[in-house]
Amino acid sequence: MRDKNIREQSVANKNSLSQTIGKRRQIIQTQWVRQLGEVLSDSSKGRLSSAEVSQQAEQFLDLFNAAAESRQLDDVHGSEWTEVRAFLDDLSRRRVAAGFASDETATFIFSLKRVLFDVLREESADDPAQFAANIWQTTVLLDKLGLYTVKSYQKTREEVINRQQQEMLELSTPVVKLWDGILALPMIGTLDSARTQVVMESLLQKIVETESQIAIIDITGVPTVDTLVAQHLLKTVTALRLMGADCIISGVRPQIAQTIVHLGVDLQGVTTKANLADALALALKRSGISFTRSA
Amino acid sequence: MERIPILRMGEFLLVTIQVDMHDQLAMSLQDDLTHAIDRQGAKGVLIDISALDMVDSFIGRMIADISGMARILDARTVLVGMQPSVAITLVELGLSLPGVATALNVERGMQLLRKSLSESDADTATKR
Repeated sequence: MRDKNIREQSVANKNSLSQTIGKRRQIIQTQWVRQLGEVLSDSSKGRLSSAEVSQQAEQFLDLFNAAAESRQLDDVHGSEWTEVRAFLDDLSRRRVAAGFASDETATFIFSLKRVLFDVLREESADDPAQFAANIWQTTVLLDKLGLYTVKSYQKTREEVINRQQQEMLELSTPVVKLWDGILALPMIGTLDSARTQVVMESLLQKIVETESQIAIIDITGVPTVDTLVAQHLLKTVTALRLMGADCIISGVRPQIAQTIVHLGVDLQGVTTKANLADALALALKRSGISFTRSA
Repeated sequence: MERIPILRMGEFLLVTIQVDMHDQLAMSLQDDLTHAIDRQGAKGVLIDISALDMVDSFIGRMIADISGMARILDARTVLVGMQPSVAITLVELGLSLPGVATALNVERGMQLLRKSLSESDADTATKR
């Protein structure tokens, strides 16, 4: 019974919110744009023109009003709000690209509150109960939209981070062909499980493609070697051997050699060389290629 | 029941695994292969697993076993054409197949077998 009352009451409220926006549309927009101009800090003004802000405000009000007329004010995830959400997604993406912080992005929505409250107060000056209900409803709605914006902002940021991580992963593990049948893999940066997996897969795949018999893993760019890294290296060497290719590890610095021995890691079955040149010389020798200096 | 064919090439045996290995098939291959080595006096066995894109610990163990059995019967085993995914799986399973010779493809595998055969011939010649 009480539920029903609340629902009826809120239906009436919904009407009044969208009606108010429709009636006072021009005032809301002007004041909101001014509000947005005030809250945008000086540093961000250069990144966002006022024309762009007012255009975004107008577009948002259009969509917002259309969605508010649908009377579905409780659930911003419903189908009525699809366009509003799409607009906010797009807005967050632009703000991320322009380098705005998450609070600056969410302010876009939250700054609408004051403007709407002012207008609602004027509209229902004679009915405090109605005014309070309207305020509450608007607050809840705008909070949800604001939170959605923040969520969307974060999602975009995470996508950026993930993409960069992926690019770094691919950049840092190039497989280089040194000679017919000899591949080199210069490793740079710290080795963790995920990276080793990528390294191993790309190297093995390349071995199959090029039918190379010898692979040189150069660890000059690896800052430290601990037991885990050594284990990863050993796994790669074993996998290479299983496929029928030989593996030479090069670029072992004195510091790393000391660490490996102190850790008690057994690299007995693995050919290691101090630098890439030595490793290449050995690989060429094993392939039966020799050079002579002319005259 | 399906069986994996064992082809004879001179003094070597060629086994090409073209179908998904299941345990029963692996067991019968082990049986057939040891008998074939014994019957034909083969000096080397070449197992081509390039068409095999999935292994489990049982198949991995079986490959290691076959190699061990062949060595006792005086034949060398070379495993050729292992796929990267298979190699990674075996390493993760801890099956590094020590003592099993490997090669990238059948051609290189044959070279390896011939080379090891001529080496062992030279060994026996010097002993005499």
